[in-house]
Amino acid sequence: MATETMAPPVAAAGPRIKSELMQQRVRAARWFLLPMLIALAVVAGWPLLRSIYFSFTDASLNNLYGAEWVGFGNYLRWSVLESGTVRYRGLLVDANWWNAVWNTVRFAFWSVLWETVLGMIVALVLNAEFKGRGIVRAAILIPWAIPTIVSARMWSWMLNDQFGILNDLGMRLGLLSQKVAWTATAETAMTAVLVVDIWKTTPFMALLILAGLQMIPKDIYEAAEIDGVHPIKQFFKITLPLVRPALMVAIIFRVLDALRIFDLIYVLTPNSAATKTMSVLARENLFDFDNFAYGSAQATLLFLIIAIFTIVYIWLGKVNFDGGSR
Amino acid sequence: MRLNKLLVSMLASVTLVAGAAQAAELSVVSGDTGNGLAFLQEQLDKFEAQTGHTVTVVPMPSSTTDQFGQYRLWLAAGNTDIDVYTTDVIWAPQLADQFLDLTEAAAGVVSQHFPSIIESQTVDGKLVALPAFTDAPALFYRKDLLEKYGKSVPATWAEMTATAQEIMDGERAAGNPDMWGFVFQGNAYEGLTCDALEWVKSYGGGQIVEADGTISINNPQAAAAIDMAAGWIGTISPEGNLAYMEEESRGVWQLGNAVFHRNWPYAYALGNNDDSAVKGKFDVAPLPAGEGPEARSAATLGGWNYAVSKYSKDPDAAIELALFLASPEVQKERAIKQTNLPTVEALYDDADVLAAAPFMSNWKAIFQNAVPRPSAPTKTNYNEVSSLFWSAVHNTLSGNGSAAENLEVLEADLADLKGDAW
Repeated sequence: MATETMAPPVAAAGPRIKSELMQQRVRAARWFLLPMLIALAVVAGWPLLRSIYFSFTDASLNNLYGAEWVGFGNYLRWSVLESGTVRYRGLLVDANWWNAVWNTVRFAFWSVLWETVLGMIVALVLNAEFKGRGIVRAAILIPWAIPTIVSARMWSWMLNDQFGILNDLGMRLGLLSQKVAWTATAETAMTAVLVVDIWKTTPFMALLILAGLQMIPKDIYEAAEIDGVHPIKQFFKITLPLVRPALMVAIIFRVLDALRIFDLIYVLTPNSAATKTMSVLARENLFDFDNFAYGSAQATLLFLIIAIFTIVYIWLGKVNFDGGSR
Repeated sequence: MRLNKLLVSMLASVTLVAGAAQAAELSVVSGDTGNGLAFLQEQLDKFEAQTGHTVTVVPMPSSTTDQFGQYRLWLAAGNTDIDVYTTDVIWAPQLADQFLDLTEAAAGVVSQHFPSIIESQTVDGKLVALPAFTDAPALFYRKDLLEKYGKSVPATWAEMTATAQEIMDGERAAGNPDMWGFVFQGNAYEGLTCDALEWVKSYGGGQIVEADGTISINNPQAAAAIDMAAGWIGTISPEGNLAYMEEESRGVWQLGNAVFHRNWPYAYALGNNDDSAVKGKFDVAPLPAGEGPEARSAATLGGWNYAVSKYSKDPDAAIELALFLASPEVQKERAIKQTNLPTVEALYDDADVLAAAPFMSNWKAIFQNAVPRPSAPTKTNYNEVSSLFWSAVHNTLSGNGSAAENLEVLEADLADLKGDAW
């Protein structure tokens, strides 16, 4: 993800030549960017604008083109009853929506926290020199390489209360007194989803952190060793600060991914209110129910929430996408 | 010599191309469960041999809710890849605009089918789909266990609960810790709407939304029915039942780990397969009745149909396929091999069918009195109505509030959804 920044031209050249050369490079760069910008506008920009537009209409799937403008009605509307009480309706006062937002945030927080901690441990292990490191590095990527829908289905069988291997193991080892319906009960459903996500995405986190770790010069550790710095102190005083830029980028990738989580939950616990996330709810309204406009409003709000989060994160965390200034 | 060969192969390729131009390439979607896909393929092979068309089966997830979402999306986008859709009995009012009118094409054959089923697939005078089979659920029971404990087939839910508890306790003490009393479809999806509608109706609690559009669900009988079901979870039904769809509950049953099982008739043929632990040890009965003045045995009307997409590139061939799949010949084989209930009245007196599935002679009456889900009065809102209903029931089953509390909220939500009219 570290993009090569264009190196400034050699200092020996005069100011006029430099600016001409720069201009030429900028022009060339624009041409190179153009295909990507067009592709982005077609596959991301246009659909985004369309769903934002639909969220202000009364569109339904059977009547997309005859949709009429309703302003902010899908977000918030109110009516005054005869008694004088004001009744609010719409997405912003929809308890289901805020439950989904809360589920998503909860999911994102715990999954990213665990993935970061575990990913860091795995990365530190893989960064050490040992025999067969190449094979271990490849093997640890397997969960990440399996398509989510496949691994989710696999886990849903493993978690099954009657024929699942987890319950079988638990009973045989005496860890469980009775079979647990992991995905069915509200208390364990979120944990089950979290475990599968952590299993699946820790390798991704480990890989990104490992890349950061390998950029740390070895001589710093040698110097620390000569000074007799304890390894734990080395980690907190040397490794962590130096790997921080890569770590911050890895975390934001994961958080963005986690905030729009859909497939895993759709397969494991599709209709449980305990795990329903923003994306799952938006899909339900868009396609299952006859609420295309309302679903579009949810998709739009989901987009805004992720956008605001990203901006705040970059601003507060001073994330540098150039791969860290050193 | 070589030239001759070349000529022959050229001629052959010309005839092949010409042949392909007449024969259509069709696609049919199917969310069939169990060995249903193999059965469908077998029938399609016959169709291909008869007509020269080629048909591809596009398999879908078994959850009807998932299928519907996908079909709606494809149809809204005018997808030309799918010619024939397998549709649930409740979908006709919601998808009618997207399917071809089959009235004319099926004019000669509709009279073979039960009129009520043809009517359920007719929207504003347009025949939207042709019936493949109808469905009315059964109470599957282990006759060997009932005999062992000297019990009779339960006629009420209370009897069933008591019997299930006793046999479950007995079998567990005898060394099968995995034994359960009753398994059903408890996941939060369309299947739970079917199961719960049966409980409510069996207590005389109405059918959620009545035919005239009145919301009737918030009543003490309905609450009593759902509270009764909530009492099963963790006692005679496993906690995991809250996540079971048809196939998961059939899994528990077919391993021999349940005394009673609520499912559709397709599970009858599968349960009598050679690899089934309950082969020859079970039978089916109508679902038990509830309590109260209007108590009765209630079965939710199910069933599947074939509809032709109006975006099909080859509508004539697609209609031909739908007619073939709904024909008495295919329905007869379906009844024998899949124990699906035919919609052709004559087949209920067919000796071959009754030999394969003796219970069917009783089922004609059951599905004719079956309760329809409120898809007709609630129109395009049906899915949301159903989702609100199954959520309220699922909450109650999971111990999130009592049935009375949840049904009160449900009534308010339905009223909001309804607005002035459905």
